[in-house]
Amino acid sequence: MSLTVFAMTGASLVGLGIYGLLALPQLLRRIISFNLIGSGLFLFLGAAGARGEAVDAVPQALIITGIVVALAASALAVGLVVALARRSGLVVLPDEANPR
Amino acid sequence: MTALVIVLALPLAGALAVIALPVRAAVPVALSATALTALSALVLAASVWQGGPVTLMVGGWQPPLGIALQADGLAAALIVMSALVVGAVAMAAWFEMAAARAGPRAAFGFWPLMLLLWGALNAVYVSRDLFNLYVGLELLSLAAVALVAISGTAQALVAALRYMIFALAGSLLYLAGVVLVYAGHGTLDIGLLSARSPAPGDALALGLMTAGLLAKTALFPFHVWLPPAHASAPAPASALLSALVPKASFLILIRLWFEAMPELASTAALLMLAGLGAIAVIWGGVLALVQSRLKLIVAYSTVAQLGYMFLVFPLAGGDGSAQPWAAGAWTGAMFQALSHGLAKAAMFLVAGICIAAVGSDRLGDLRGLARALPMTGFAFALAAITLMGLPPSGGFTAKYLLMTSAFAAGQWPWALVLAGGGLLAAAYLYRPLAALFTRDARLPVHPVARAWQGVPLALAALAVLLGLLSAAPFDLLQIGRPEPAVEGL
Repeated sequence: MSLTVFAMTGASLVGLGIYGLLALPQLLRRIISFNLIGSGLFLFLGAAGARGEAVDAVPQALIITGIVVALAASALAVGLVVALARRSGLVVLPDEANPR
Repeated sequence: MTALVIVLALPLAGALAVIALPVRAAVPVALSATALTALSALVLAASVWQGGPVTLMVGGWQPPLGIALQADGLAAALIVMSALVVGAVAMAAWFEMAAARAGPRAAFGFWPLMLLLWGALNAVYVSRDLFNLYVGLELLSLAAVALVAISGTAQALVAALRYMIFALAGSLLYLAGVVLVYAGHGTLDIGLLSARSPAPGDALALGLMTAGLLAKTALFPFHVWLPPAHASAPAPASALLSALVPKASFLILIRLWFEAMPELASTAALLMLAGLGAIAVIWGGVLALVQSRLKLIVAYSTVAQLGYMFLVFPLAGGDGSAQPWAAGAWTGAMFQALSHGLAKAAMFLVAGICIAAVGSDRLGDLRGLARALPMTGFAFALAAITLMGLPPSGGFTAKYLLMTSAFAAGQWPWALVLAGGGLLAAAYLYRPLAALFTRDARLPVHPVARAWQGVPLALAALAVLLGLLSAAPFDLLQIGRPEPAVEGL
Protein backbone atom coordinates (compact mmCIF):
# COMPACT_ATOMS: atom_id res chain seq x y z
CA MET A 1 0.00 0.00 0.00
CA SER A 2 2.61 2.53 1.11
CA LEU A 3 4.75 1.54 -1.88
CA THR A 4 1.93 2.48 -4.22
CA VAL A 5 1.70 5.84 -2.46
CA PHE A 6 5.43 6.43 -2.97
CA ALA A 7 5.23 5.42 -6.61
CA MET A 8 2.19 7.60 -7.24
CA THR A 9 3.81 10.59 -5.52
CA GLY A 10 6.96 10.09 -7.55
CA ALA A 11 4.97 9.87 -10.76
CA SER A 12 3.04 13.06 -9.88
CA LEU A 13 6.27 14.95 -9.18
CA VAL A 14 7.69 13.84 -12.54
CA GLY A 15 4.47 14.88 -14.24
CA LEU A 16 4.48 18.30 -12.57
CA GLY A 17 8.09 18.79 -13.57
CA ILE A 18 7.46 17.87 -17.20
CA TYR A 19 4.48 20.25 -17.27
CA GLY A 20 6.71 23.01 -15.91
CA LEU A 21 9.40 22.33 -18.51
CA LEU A 22 6.92 22.49 -21.36
CA ALA A 23 4.71 25.33 -20.17
CA LEU A 24 6.99 27.77 -18.36
CA PRO A 25 9.62 29.67 -20.33
CA GLN A 26 11.25 31.40 -17.32
CA LEU A 27 14.65 29.84 -16.80
CA LEU A 28 14.46 29.76 -13.00
CA ARG A 29 11.15 27.88 -13.13
CA ARG A 30 12.63 25.43 -15.59
CA ILE A 31 15.47 24.71 -13.17
CA ILE A 32 12.90 24.05 -10.43
CA SER A 33 11.05 21.75 -12.85
CA PHE A 34 14.22 19.77 -13.44
CA ASN A 35 14.62 19.38 -9.69
CA LEU A 36 11.00 18.19 -9.37
CA ILE A 37 11.56 15.50 -12.01
CA GLY A 38 14.76 14.43 -10.31
CA SER A 39 13.08 14.21 -6.90
CA GLY A 40 10.23 12.17 -8.34
CA LEU A 41 12.68 9.71 -9.89
CA PHE A 42 14.61 9.41 -6.63
CA LEU A 43 11.40 8.75 -4.70
CA PHE A 44 10.56 6.00 -7.17
CA LEU A 45 14.05 4.55 -6.81
CA GLY A 46 13.77 4.59 -3.01
CA ALA A 47 10.43 2.79 -3.20
CA ALA A 48 11.95 0.22 -5.55
CA GLY A 49 14.53 -0.57 -2.89
CA ALA A 50 11.95 -1.25 -0.17
CA ARG A 51 10.21 -4.17 -1.86
CA GLY A 52 11.67 -7.29 -0.25
CA GLU A 53 11.94 -8.46 3.35
CA ALA A 54 15.11 -6.52 4.13
CA VAL A 55 15.61 -2.96 2.96
CA ASP A 56 18.05 -2.69 0.06
CA ALA A 57 20.75 -0.14 0.90
CA VAL A 58 21.98 0.45 -2.66
CA PRO A 59 19.15 2.83 -3.72
CA GLN A 60 19.86 5.02 -0.70
CA ALA A 61 23.49 5.34 -1.73
CA LEU A 62 22.43 6.08 -5.31
CA ILE A 63 19.89 8.68 -4.19
CA ILE A 64 22.42 10.53 -2.04
CA THR A 65 24.88 10.59 -4.95
CA GLY A 66 22.11 11.71 -7.29
CA ILE A 67 21.09 14.54 -4.97
CA VAL A 68 24.68 15.81 -4.90
CA VAL A 69 24.80 15.70 -8.70
CA ALA A 70 21.45 17.52 -8.96
CA LEU A 71 22.65 20.16 -6.50
CA ALA A 72 25.80 20.78 -8.54
CA ALA A 73 23.81 21.03 -11.77
CA SER A 74 21.26 23.41 -10.20
CA ALA A 75 24.02 25.60 -8.79
CA LEU A 76 25.69 25.93 -12.19
CA ALA A 77 22.35 26.56 -13.91
CA VAL A 78 21.33 29.26 -11.41
CA GLY A 79 24.78 30.83 -11.77
CA LEU A 80 24.35 31.00 -15.54
CA VAL A 81 20.83 32.41 -15.22
CA VAL A 82 22.04 35.14 -12.84
CA ALA A 83 24.96 35.97 -15.13
CA LEU A 84 22.61 36.21 -18.13
CA ALA A 85 20.15 38.40 -16.24
CA ARG A 86 22.97 40.74 -15.11
CA ARG A 87 24.43 40.98 -18.59
CA SER A 88 21.33 41.31 -20.74
CA GLY A 89 18.30 41.54 -18.42
CA LEU A 90 16.82 38.39 -19.96
CA VAL A 91 14.97 35.86 -17.77
CA VAL A 92 13.90 33.66 -20.68
CA LEU A 93 15.94 32.30 -23.57
CA PRO A 94 15.58 34.54 -26.64
CA ASP A 95 13.69 32.98 -29.51
CA GLU A 96 15.91 31.74 -32.34
CA ALA A 97 13.60 33.29 -34.92
CA ASN A 98 13.27 36.81 -33.48
CA PRO A 99 16.08 37.51 -31.02
CA ARG A 100 15.55 40.57 -28.90
CA MET B 1 45.92 -1.35 -13.18
CA THR B 2 47.90 1.54 -11.68
CA ALA B 3 47.70 3.27 -15.05
CA LEU B 4 43.90 2.92 -14.98
CA VAL B 5 43.72 4.58 -11.54
CA ILE B 6 46.05 7.40 -12.64
CA VAL B 7 44.05 8.06 -15.81
CA LEU B 8 40.92 8.50 -13.67
CA ALA B 9 42.32 10.27 -10.62
CA LEU B 10 45.10 12.53 -11.88
CA PRO B 11 42.93 14.87 -14.02
CA LEU B 12 40.58 15.40 -11.07
CA ALA B 13 43.46 15.97 -8.64
CA GLY B 14 45.07 18.31 -11.17
CA ALA B 15 41.85 20.32 -11.51
CA LEU B 16 41.68 20.77 -7.72
CA ALA B 17 45.37 21.70 -7.56
CA VAL B 18 44.98 24.33 -10.28
CA ILE B 19 42.20 25.99 -8.28
CA ALA B 20 43.93 25.70 -4.90
CA LEU B 21 47.45 26.79 -5.85
CA PRO B 22 48.49 30.40 -6.60
CA VAL B 23 47.51 31.68 -10.04
CA ARG B 24 51.05 31.74 -11.42
CA ALA B 25 51.37 27.98 -10.73
CA ALA B 26 48.12 27.17 -12.58
CA VAL B 27 49.47 26.64 -16.08
CA PRO B 28 52.60 24.63 -15.13
CA VAL B 29 50.54 22.37 -12.84
CA ALA B 30 47.84 21.85 -15.48
CA LEU B 31 50.39 21.09 -18.19
CA SER B 32 52.30 18.60 -16.04
CA ALA B 33 49.07 16.87 -14.96
CA THR B 34 48.15 16.65 -18.66
CA ALA B 35 51.52 15.19 -19.62
CA LEU B 36 51.48 12.59 -16.84
CA THR B 37 47.90 11.53 -17.57
CA ALA B 38 48.61 11.23 -21.28
CA LEU B 39 51.63 9.05 -20.47
CA SER B 40 49.51 6.78 -18.27
CA ALA B 41 46.91 6.56 -21.04
CA LEU B 42 49.60 5.18 -23.35
CA VAL B 43 50.80 2.75 -20.66
CA LEU B 44 47.20 1.59 -20.10
CA ALA B 45 46.68 1.02 -23.83
CA ALA B 46 49.93 -0.92 -24.01
CA SER B 47 48.88 -3.22 -21.18
CA VAL B 48 45.45 -3.77 -22.79
CA TRP B 49 47.26 -4.53 -26.06
CA GLN B 50 49.48 -7.13 -24.39
CA GLY B 51 47.32 -8.64 -21.66
CA GLY B 52 43.71 -8.09 -22.67
CA PRO B 53 41.10 -5.98 -20.82
CA VAL B 54 42.25 -4.38 -17.56
CA THR B 55 39.63 -4.69 -14.82
CA LEU B 56 39.43 -2.96 -11.45
CA MET B 57 36.85 -3.66 -8.73
CA VAL B 58 36.69 -0.40 -6.80
CA GLY B 59 37.55 -1.03 -3.13
CA GLY B 60 37.66 -4.78 -3.76
CA TRP B 61 33.83 -4.99 -3.82
CA GLN B 62 32.31 -7.24 -6.48
CA PRO B 63 29.19 -6.22 -8.42
CA PRO B 64 26.25 -5.94 -7.76
CA LEU B 65 27.31 -4.10 -4.59
CA GLY B 66 30.58 -2.70 -5.94
CA ILE B 67 31.41 -0.85 -9.14
CA ALA B 68 33.48 -2.52 -11.84
CA LEU B 69 35.83 -0.48 -14.03
CA GLN B 70 37.15 -2.11 -17.16
CA ALA B 71 39.36 -0.85 -19.96
CA ASP B 72 38.70 -3.04 -23.01
CA GLY B 73 40.12 -2.37 -26.45
CA LEU B 74 37.45 0.18 -27.36
CA ALA B 75 37.87 2.08 -24.08
CA ALA B 76 41.66 2.02 -24.45
CA ALA B 77 41.46 3.36 -28.01
CA LEU B 78 39.16 6.20 -26.92
CA ILE B 79 41.37 6.96 -23.91
CA VAL B 80 44.42 7.28 -26.17
CA MET B 81 42.54 9.41 -28.70
CA SER B 82 41.31 11.70 -25.90
CA ALA B 83 44.82 11.94 -24.46
CA LEU B 84 46.17 13.01 -27.87
CA VAL B 85 43.39 15.58 -28.33
CA VAL B 86 43.64 16.98 -24.80
CA GLY B 87 47.43 17.12 -25.06
CA ALA B 88 47.21 19.09 -28.29
CA VAL B 89 44.46 21.33 -26.93
CA ALA B 90 46.56 22.05 -23.84
CA MET B 91 49.51 23.10 -26.01
CA ALA B 92 47.33 25.32 -28.18
CA ALA B 93 45.64 26.77 -25.09
CA TRP B 94 49.05 27.62 -23.64
CA PHE B 95 49.26 30.22 -26.43
CA GLU B 96 45.61 30.99 -26.99
CA MET B 97 44.28 31.10 -23.42
CA ALA B 98 47.08 33.37 -22.19
CA ALA B 99 45.68 36.06 -19.89
CA ALA B 100 46.69 38.85 -22.27
CA ARG B 101 44.71 37.30 -25.11
CA ALA B 102 41.67 35.65 -23.50
CA GLY B 103 41.20 37.79 -20.37
CA PRO B 104 42.13 36.68 -16.84
CA ARG B 105 38.81 34.97 -16.10
CA ALA B 106 38.79 32.63 -19.10
CA ALA B 107 42.56 32.13 -18.84
CA PHE B 108 42.17 30.84 -15.29
CA GLY B 109 38.91 28.93 -15.70
CA PHE B 110 39.91 26.98 -18.78
CA TRP B 111 42.51 24.74 -17.13
CA PRO B 112 40.49 23.20 -14.27
CA LEU B 113 37.49 22.75 -16.59
CA MET B 114 39.63 21.02 -19.21
CA LEU B 115 41.01 18.61 -16.61
CA LEU B 116 37.56 17.95 -15.09
CA LEU B 117 36.16 17.24 -18.54
CA TRP B 118 39.00 14.82 -19.22
CA GLY B 119 38.57 13.00 -15.90
CA ALA B 120 34.84 12.61 -16.57
CA LEU B 121 35.48 11.33 -20.10
CA ASN B 122 37.89 8.66 -18.87
CA ALA B 123 35.44 7.66 -16.14
CA VAL B 124 32.67 7.18 -18.72
CA TYR B 125 34.97 5.18 -21.01
CA VAL B 126 35.80 2.56 -18.35
CA SER B 127 32.66 2.40 -16.15
CA ARG B 128 30.65 -0.82 -16.20
CA ASP B 129 27.86 0.43 -13.92
CA LEU B 130 24.87 2.35 -15.27
CA PHE B 131 24.65 4.73 -12.31
CA ASN B 132 28.38 5.40 -12.35
CA LEU B 133 27.97 6.21 -16.03
CA TYR B 134 25.21 8.67 -15.07
CA VAL B 135 27.50 10.46 -12.61
CA GLY B 136 30.33 10.57 -15.15
CA LEU B 137 28.00 11.88 -17.83
CA GLU B 138 26.68 14.63 -15.53
CA LEU B 139 30.20 15.72 -14.57
CA LEU B 140 31.09 15.79 -18.26
CA SER B 141 28.03 17.87 -19.16
CA LEU B 142 28.59 20.38 -16.35
CA ALA B 143 32.22 20.89 -17.33
CA ALA B 144 31.19 21.22 -20.99
CA VAL B 145 28.44 23.78 -20.24
CA ALA B 146 30.88 25.83 -18.17
CA LEU B 147 33.40 25.77 -21.03
CA VAL B 148 30.73 27.10 -23.41
CA ALA B 149 29.95 29.95 -21.03
CA ILE B 150 33.57 30.76 -20.20
CA SER B 151 33.82 33.91 -22.31
CA GLY B 152 30.91 35.41 -20.35
CA THR B 153 29.23 37.22 -23.25
CA ALA B 154 25.42 37.22 -23.39
CA GLN B 155 25.54 35.15 -26.60
CA ALA B 156 27.74 32.51 -24.97
CA LEU B 157 25.52 32.41 -21.87
CA VAL B 158 22.41 31.85 -24.00
CA ALA B 159 24.17 29.06 -25.91
CA ALA B 160 25.33 27.51 -22.63
CA LEU B 161 21.85 27.62 -21.09
CA ARG B 162 20.27 26.11 -24.18
CA TYR B 163 22.90 23.34 -24.11
CA MET B 164 22.26 22.84 -20.40
CA ILE B 165 18.51 22.39 -20.88
CA PHE B 166 19.13 19.68 -23.48
CA ALA B 167 21.82 18.08 -21.35
CA LEU B 168 19.69 18.06 -18.18
CA ALA B 169 16.66 16.69 -20.02
CA GLY B 170 18.90 13.99 -21.48
CA SER B 171 20.32 13.14 -18.06
CA LEU B 172 16.87 12.84 -16.50
CA LEU B 173 15.62 10.57 -19.28
CA TYR B 174 18.70 8.41 -18.82
CA LEU B 175 18.21 8.42 -15.04
CA ALA B 176 14.58 7.37 -15.44
CA GLY B 177 15.76 4.39 -17.47
CA VAL B 178 18.36 3.53 -14.84
CA VAL B 179 15.70 3.61 -12.10
CA LEU B 180 13.49 1.25 -14.11
CA VAL B 181 16.40 -1.13 -14.68
CA TYR B 182 17.16 -1.18 -10.97
CA ALA B 183 13.51 -1.73 -10.09
CA GLY B 184 13.37 -4.65 -12.51
CA HIS B 185 16.67 -6.38 -11.84
CA GLY B 186 18.26 -5.08 -8.64
CA THR B 187 21.58 -4.52 -10.39
CA LEU B 188 23.10 -1.89 -12.64
CA ASP B 189 26.26 -3.74 -13.65
CA ILE B 190 26.50 -4.16 -17.43
CA GLY B 191 27.99 -7.65 -17.14
CA LEU B 192 25.26 -8.88 -14.79
CA LEU B 193 22.54 -7.21 -16.87
CA SER B 194 23.61 -9.06 -20.01
CA ALA B 195 22.92 -12.33 -18.15
CA ARG B 196 19.65 -11.16 -16.57
CA SER B 197 16.23 -12.75 -17.06
CA PRO B 198 14.13 -10.30 -19.10
CA ALA B 199 11.60 -8.16 -17.22
CA PRO B 200 8.58 -6.36 -18.70
CA GLY B 201 9.99 -2.85 -18.18
CA ASP B 202 13.24 -3.47 -20.06
CA ALA B 203 12.19 -2.08 -23.42
CA LEU B 204 10.85 1.10 -21.82
CA ALA B 205 14.04 1.50 -19.78
CA LEU B 206 16.26 1.05 -22.84
CA GLY B 207 14.08 3.47 -24.80
CA LEU B 208 14.30 6.15 -22.10
CA MET B 209 18.06 5.79 -21.74
CA THR B 210 18.54 5.84 -25.52
CA ALA B 211 16.43 9.00 -25.92
CA GLY B 212 18.43 10.75 -23.22
CA LEU B 213 21.74 9.73 -24.75
CA LEU B 214 20.63 10.81 -28.24
CA ALA B 215 19.91 14.29 -26.87
CA LYS B 216 23.42 14.38 -25.42
CA THR B 217 25.03 13.03 -28.59
CA ALA B 218 23.21 15.75 -30.58
CA LEU B 219 21.74 13.31 -33.07
CA PHE B 220 19.14 14.84 -35.41
CA PRO B 221 16.58 16.19 -34.33
CA PHE B 222 18.30 16.95 -31.00
CA HIS B 223 21.21 18.75 -32.68
CA VAL B 224 19.94 22.34 -32.40
CA TRP B 225 21.94 23.14 -29.28
CA LEU B 226 25.28 22.00 -30.70
CA PRO B 227 26.32 24.58 -33.33
CA PRO B 228 25.72 27.72 -31.22
CA ALA B 229 27.31 26.08 -28.17
CA HIS B 230 30.40 24.87 -30.01
CA ALA B 231 30.80 28.10 -31.94
CA SER B 232 30.51 30.38 -28.86
CA ALA B 233 33.25 28.68 -26.87
CA PRO B 234 36.91 29.67 -27.28
CA ALA B 235 38.54 27.51 -29.97
CA PRO B 236 40.46 25.11 -27.66
CA ALA B 237 37.25 24.52 -25.68
CA SER B 238 35.30 23.94 -28.92
CA ALA B 239 37.89 21.37 -29.91
CA LEU B 240 37.25 19.43 -26.70
CA LEU B 241 33.47 19.81 -26.96
CA SER B 242 33.21 18.74 -30.58
CA ALA B 243 35.88 16.06 -30.73
CA LEU B 244 35.35 14.28 -27.42
CA VAL B 245 32.13 15.07 -25.54
CA PRO B 246 29.59 13.44 -27.95
CA LYS B 247 31.75 10.29 -28.07
CA ALA B 248 31.08 9.61 -24.38
CA SER B 249 27.30 9.40 -24.72
CA PHE B 250 27.70 7.44 -27.97
CA LEU B 251 29.91 4.93 -26.16
CA ILE B 252 27.22 4.42 -23.50
CA LEU B 253 24.71 3.75 -26.30
CA ILE B 254 27.07 1.12 -27.70
CA ARG B 255 27.49 -0.44 -24.25
CA LEU B 256 23.72 -0.56 -23.73
CA TRP B 257 22.75 -1.94 -27.13
CA PHE B 258 25.66 -4.29 -27.74
CA GLU B 259 26.58 -5.40 -24.23
CA ALA B 260 23.81 -4.90 -21.66
CA MET B 261 20.61 -5.62 -23.61
CA PRO B 262 21.46 -6.89 -27.12
CA GLU B 263 18.39 -9.17 -27.26
CA LEU B 264 16.05 -6.14 -27.19
CA ALA B 265 17.26 -4.85 -30.56
CA SER B 266 14.32 -4.98 -32.92
CA THR B 267 14.70 -4.19 -36.62
CA ALA B 268 12.45 -1.14 -36.37
CA ALA B 269 14.47 0.39 -33.54
CA LEU B 270 17.77 -0.22 -35.32
CA LEU B 271 16.45 1.27 -38.55
CA MET B 272 15.15 4.32 -36.67
CA LEU B 273 18.54 4.97 -35.04
CA ALA B 274 20.39 4.62 -38.34
CA GLY B 275 17.70 6.62 -40.16
CA LEU B 276 18.14 9.54 -37.78
CA GLY B 277 21.89 9.21 -38.31
CA ALA B 278 21.40 9.31 -42.08
CA ILE B 279 19.23 12.44 -41.84
CA ALA B 280 21.88 14.01 -39.60
CA VAL B 281 24.58 13.30 -42.21
CA ILE B 282 22.60 15.01 -44.96
CA TRP B 283 20.97 17.82 -42.95
CA GLY B 284 24.17 18.70 -41.06
CA GLY B 285 26.03 18.82 -44.36
CA VAL B 286 23.44 21.06 -46.00
CA LEU B 287 23.44 23.48 -43.06
CA ALA B 288 27.25 23.52 -43.02
CA LEU B 289 27.12 24.49 -46.67
CA VAL B 290 25.23 27.73 -46.00
CA GLN B 291 27.23 29.06 -43.03
CA SER B 292 29.55 32.00 -43.45
CA ARG B 293 31.71 31.56 -40.33
CA LEU B 294 34.43 28.92 -40.14
CA LYS B 295 33.53 27.80 -36.60
CA LEU B 296 29.87 27.31 -37.54
CA ILE B 297 30.84 25.30 -40.64
CA VAL B 298 33.01 23.06 -38.48
CA ALA B 299 30.28 22.76 -35.81
CA TYR B 300 27.58 21.76 -38.34
CA SER B 301 30.06 19.31 -39.81
CA THR B 302 30.14 17.67 -36.37
CA VAL B 303 26.36 17.13 -36.58
CA ALA B 304 26.90 15.37 -39.92
CA GLN B 305 29.94 13.34 -38.89
CA LEU B 306 28.24 12.07 -35.70
CA GLY B 307 25.42 10.73 -37.89
CA TYR B 308 27.75 8.21 -39.58
CA MET B 309 28.40 6.48 -36.26
CA PHE B 310 24.73 5.57 -35.90
CA LEU B 311 24.82 3.49 -39.08
CA VAL B 312 26.48 0.84 -36.89
CA PHE B 313 23.17 -0.29 -35.42
CA PRO B 314 21.61 -2.12 -38.39
CA LEU B 315 24.97 -2.93 -40.00
CA ALA B 316 26.93 -4.42 -37.10
CA GLY B 317 28.49 -7.80 -37.63
CA GLY B 318 31.23 -9.36 -39.68
CA ASP B 319 34.27 -10.91 -38.12
CA GLY B 320 37.40 -8.99 -37.28
CA SER B 321 39.94 -11.09 -39.10
CA ALA B 322 43.47 -10.06 -39.96
CA GLN B 323 42.60 -7.75 -42.84
CA PRO B 324 40.90 -4.48 -41.89
CA TRP B 325 38.70 -4.56 -44.99
CA ALA B 326 37.26 -7.95 -44.06
CA ALA B 327 35.78 -6.62 -40.85
CA GLY B 328 32.42 -5.31 -39.91
CA ALA B 329 30.60 -2.09 -39.40
CA TRP B 330 31.21 -2.06 -35.65
CA THR B 331 34.92 -1.41 -36.18
CA GLY B 332 34.11 1.11 -38.92
CA ALA B 333 31.91 3.16 -36.58
CA MET B 334 34.60 3.13 -33.92
CA PHE B 335 37.20 4.23 -36.50
CA GLN B 336 34.84 7.06 -37.38
CA ALA B 337 34.70 8.10 -33.70
CA LEU B 338 38.51 8.09 -33.45
CA SER B 339 39.32 9.81 -36.74
CA HIS B 340 36.58 12.42 -36.37
CA GLY B 341 37.92 13.25 -32.91
CA LEU B 342 41.43 13.92 -34.18
CA ALA B 343 40.40 15.78 -37.35
CA LYS B 344 37.70 17.90 -35.71
CA ALA B 345 40.01 19.00 -32.89
CA ALA B 346 42.57 20.00 -35.54
CA MET B 347 39.94 22.07 -37.39
CA PHE B 348 38.80 23.98 -34.32
CA LEU B 349 42.41 24.71 -33.37
CA VAL B 350 42.94 26.04 -36.91
CA ALA B 351 39.89 28.26 -36.39
CA GLY B 352 41.52 29.54 -33.19
CA ILE B 353 44.72 30.39 -35.07
CA CYS B 354 42.69 32.19 -37.76
CA ILE B 355 40.92 34.27 -35.11
CA ALA B 356 44.28 35.11 -33.51
CA ALA B 357 45.72 36.07 -36.91
CA VAL B 358 42.96 38.21 -38.41
CA GLY B 359 40.55 38.69 -35.49
CA SER B 360 37.60 37.00 -37.20
CA ASP B 361 36.48 33.65 -38.55
CA ARG B 362 34.24 34.98 -41.33
CA LEU B 363 35.14 33.29 -44.60
CA GLY B 364 35.57 36.64 -46.35
CA ASP B 365 38.14 37.74 -43.77
CA LEU B 366 40.13 34.52 -44.08
CA ARG B 367 40.94 35.09 -47.76
CA GLY B 368 44.54 34.36 -48.59
CA LEU B 369 45.47 33.44 -45.05
CA ALA B 370 47.32 30.30 -46.17
CA ARG B 371 50.01 32.48 -47.78
CA ALA B 372 50.88 34.04 -44.45
CA LEU B 373 50.28 30.85 -42.41
CA PRO B 374 51.06 27.93 -44.73
CA MET B 375 51.30 25.35 -41.93
CA THR B 376 47.81 26.24 -40.75
CA GLY B 377 46.36 26.05 -44.24
CA PHE B 378 47.97 22.65 -44.75
CA ALA B 379 46.64 21.41 -41.38
CA PHE B 380 43.10 22.39 -42.38
CA ALA B 381 43.45 20.64 -45.73
CA LEU B 382 44.75 17.45 -44.08
CA ALA B 383 41.89 17.43 -41.56
CA ALA B 384 39.44 18.03 -44.42
CA ILE B 385 40.76 14.90 -46.19
CA THR B 386 39.76 12.81 -43.17
CA LEU B 387 36.31 14.38 -42.86
CA MET B 388 35.61 13.88 -46.58
CA GLY B 389 36.68 10.25 -46.22
CA LEU B 390 39.39 10.39 -48.90
CA PRO B 391 42.15 7.76 -48.82
CA PRO B 392 44.52 7.22 -47.08
CA SER B 393 42.98 8.87 -44.00
CA GLY B 394 41.32 7.35 -40.93
CA GLY B 395 37.98 8.68 -42.15
CA PHE B 396 38.43 6.68 -45.36
CA THR B 397 39.03 3.45 -43.41
CA ALA B 398 35.91 4.13 -41.32
CA LYS B 399 33.65 4.84 -44.29
CA TYR B 400 35.11 2.00 -46.33
CA LEU B 401 34.41 -0.50 -43.53
CA LEU B 402 30.85 0.82 -43.14
CA MET B 403 30.26 0.76 -46.88
CA THR B 404 31.56 -2.77 -47.46
CA SER B 405 29.34 -4.07 -44.67
CA ALA B 406 26.36 -2.17 -46.09
CA PHE B 407 26.81 -4.04 -49.37
CA ALA B 408 27.61 -7.34 -47.64
CA ALA B 409 24.44 -7.02 -45.55
CA GLY B 410 22.39 -6.16 -48.65
CA GLN B 411 21.44 -2.78 -47.14
CA TRP B 412 22.74 -0.62 -49.97
CA PRO B 413 20.76 2.58 -49.09
CA TRP B 414 23.26 3.22 -46.26
CA ALA B 415 26.05 3.20 -48.86
CA LEU B 416 24.23 6.03 -50.65
CA VAL B 417 24.19 7.98 -47.38
CA LEU B 418 27.93 7.43 -47.00
CA ALA B 419 28.66 8.54 -50.54
CA GLY B 420 26.31 11.53 -50.36
CA GLY B 421 27.72 12.61 -47.00
CA GLY B 422 31.24 12.46 -48.40
CA LEU B 423 30.26 14.64 -51.37
CA LEU B 424 28.53 17.14 -49.07
CA ALA B 425 31.62 17.25 -46.84
CA ALA B 426 33.76 17.96 -49.89
CA ALA B 427 31.38 20.77 -50.83
CA TYR B 428 31.15 22.48 -47.45
CA LEU B 429 34.88 22.16 -46.78
CA TYR B 430 35.73 23.49 -50.24
CA ARG B 431 34.51 26.99 -49.31
CA PRO B 432 36.90 27.58 -46.35
CA LEU B 433 39.70 25.87 -48.29
CA ALA B 434 39.12 28.08 -51.32
CA ALA B 435 39.08 31.17 -49.11
CA LEU B 436 42.27 30.18 -47.29
CA PHE B 437 44.20 29.39 -50.48
CA THR B 438 43.25 32.39 -52.68
CA ARG B 439 46.05 34.71 -53.70
CA ASP B 440 44.62 38.06 -52.65
CA ALA B 441 45.02 38.59 -48.92
CA ARG B 442 42.43 40.99 -47.58
CA LEU B 443 43.33 41.72 -43.96
CA PRO B 444 46.71 42.34 -42.30
CA VAL B 445 47.86 39.19 -40.49
CA HIS B 446 49.17 39.19 -36.93
CA PRO B 447 52.11 36.80 -36.51
CA VAL B 448 51.29 33.43 -34.92
CA ALA B 449 53.97 31.33 -33.18
CA ARG B 450 55.24 28.40 -35.25
CA ALA B 451 54.87 25.97 -32.36
CA TRP B 452 51.18 26.92 -32.05
CA GLN B 453 50.68 26.38 -35.79
CA GLY B 454 52.31 22.97 -35.50
CA VAL B 455 49.74 21.66 -33.02
CA PRO B 456 46.74 21.27 -35.39
CA LEU B 457 49.11 20.04 -38.08
CA ALA B 458 50.23 17.21 -35.79
CA LEU B 459 46.62 16.28 -34.98
CA ALA B 460 45.56 16.30 -38.63
CA ALA B 461 48.60 14.19 -39.52
CA LEU B 462 47.62 11.69 -36.81
CA ALA B 463 44.12 11.46 -38.33
CA VAL B 464 45.71 10.55 -41.67
CA LEU B 465 48.16 8.14 -40.02
CA LEU B 466 45.16 6.37 -38.45
CA GLY B 467 44.28 5.31 -41.99
CA LEU B 468 47.82 4.55 -43.14
CA LEU B 469 48.64 2.48 -40.07
CA SER B 470 45.13 1.15 -39.49
CA ALA B 471 46.19 -2.39 -38.52
CA ALA B 472 47.29 -1.54 -34.97
CA PRO B 473 44.22 0.44 -33.86
CA PHE B 474 42.12 -2.13 -35.70
CA ASP B 475 43.52 -4.97 -33.59
CA LEU B 476 43.25 -2.90 -30.41
CA LEU B 477 39.51 -2.37 -31.04
CA GLN B 478 38.97 -6.15 -31.29
CA ILE B 479 40.19 -6.77 -27.71
CA GLY B 480 37.17 -7.51 -25.58
CA ARG B 481 34.79 -6.83 -28.47
CA PRO B 482 31.28 -7.90 -27.35
CA GLU B 483 29.72 -10.96 -28.94
CA PRO B 484 26.79 -9.12 -30.65
CA ALA B 485 29.32 -6.81 -32.32
CA VAL B 486 30.82 -9.87 -34.02
CA GLU B 487 27.56 -11.55 -34.98
CA GLY B 488 25.30 -8.54 -35.47
CA LEU B 489 22.35 -7.38 -33.40
